[in-house]
Amino acid sequence: MNRSIRLKPPLSDEDVEKLKIGDRVVISGIIYTGRDAAHKRLLDLLKGGKDLPFDIKGQIIYYVGPTPAKPGQVLGSAGPTTSYRMDAYSPSLIERGLKGMIGKGMRSDTVKEAMKKYKAVYFAATGGAGALLAKRVKKAEVVAYEDLGPEAIRRLEVDDLPVIVVNDVRGNDLYIEGEKKYRKG
Amino acid sequence: MREIPVKLITEKVRDLCMKANTDIGDDVLQAFDLAMEKEESPLGLEILKELKENARIATEENVPICQDTGFAVVFFELGQEVHLVGGDLNGAIQEGVRQGYRDGYLRKSICHPFTRANTGDNTPAILHTEVVPGDKIKITIAPKGGGSENMSRVVMLTPSDGVEGIKRFVVQRVKESGSNPCPPTIVGVGIGGTFEQAALLAKKSLLRPLGSKNPNPELDQLESEILTEINNLGIGPQGLGGRTTSLAVHILMMPCHIASFPLAVNIQCHAQRHKEIVI
Repeated sequence: MNRSIRLKPPLSDEDVEKLKIGDRVVISGIIYTGRDAAHKRLLDLLKGGKDLPFDIKGQIIYYVGPTPAKPGQVLGSAGPTTSYRMDAYSPSLIERGLKGMIGKGMRSDTVKEAMKKYKAVYFAATGGAGALLAKRVKKAEVVAYEDLGPEAIRRLEVDDLPVIVVNDVRGNDLYIEGEKKYRKG
Repeated sequence: MREIPVKLITEKVRDLCMKANTDIGDDVLQAFDLAMEKEESPLGLEILKELKENARIATEENVPICQDTGFAVVFFELGQEVHLVGGDLNGAIQEGVRQGYRDGYLRKSICHPFTRANTGDNTPAILHTEVVPGDKIKITIAPKGGGSENMSRVVMLTPSDGVEGIKRFVVQRVKESGSNPCPPTIVGVGIGGTFEQAALLAKKSLLRPLGSKNPNPELDQLESEILTEINNLGIGPQGLGGRTTSLAVHILMMPCHIASFPLAVNIQCHAQRHKEIVI
């Protein structure tokens, strides 16, 4: 529960296999942002047999739509958005090599199955801690869909972004286990 | 008749939008402190500490508490002895929201329902206007995030469901919402009225300061019973397990039709933001 693990994408099968639910992880290096509208466009590309705007193999997608950067800021506030809205899209991306997703809230059984089958993990960042999390972002640039504004895909360089493993490759779920542990009556 | 220029309203709405999004109320911070005393989960405790630290950074650095700076919900109380001059009220409020979200570097989160194309300036705002006695106006801005709003529901219960029916539905709603609405949440409950009035009551109940008692002793008791049941669910901060699933349950009630028993549950994340001004 209290192990703290350092990760730097791109991640291999071995990197994600060693992660267990409840593990505290700090991520450094490059991650990508994407939420509702960007996911829909990525899936439209895949359906049309086209390449994605970035190589997804081994990467982590952070479900976030940041506030605009103030002058002198790298990025505005940047906490996670609720993940279930990406459930319809995630299995196709996991199948193509996506290794990690950062968001908040429970994933569907289909996504959990895909994580088991293709070896990927789901992390939670603290929802509503946007000001705090933005401090871990060192660089940000839009790599696709600038017209989507906050929903554009950005490449972020992060330094020690703190997350918790919620779903591991063995099909465990911290949301279910955590609730069970503290339920009364 | 007291004259108030709508230009002044634009200016105040702009400022309130920015302030509401960066400066969480002391009532919320105190609720975090109380929750920390009771939280049994080490991870839950750590999350509550993070939320306090996040609020501190937001206020000190004048940055949004959360990246979801919300739908701008505006409650406008108009004293009936006030004459608004120099333009139309709705236009003035929308302009205030436009300026506040632009100048405050707040996220623009409003889009076309079908195409999802962003309106680009966070308008239209939702405006609830009420005419009241007196020669003052009161403006309240309550930015509402999408994640918690999505977990909200209106249901038309049957009169025979009774108070037990209310408890059952509210607790079940919080249980099913799980980790999605960023717990610890505040649960706004509207009982009675009509379909749309119940929802408005639920939303308005969220404006009451945390830690304050419901002026109706019967409802105060019901709030505390529902809160106990919710916090026994074990969902905890961020849904990762713990004692603090909700910080408070707030109820507003009014009479309803003899055939009806409307109930609305408006879930609010821990970033319970609202600012008000009286002019």
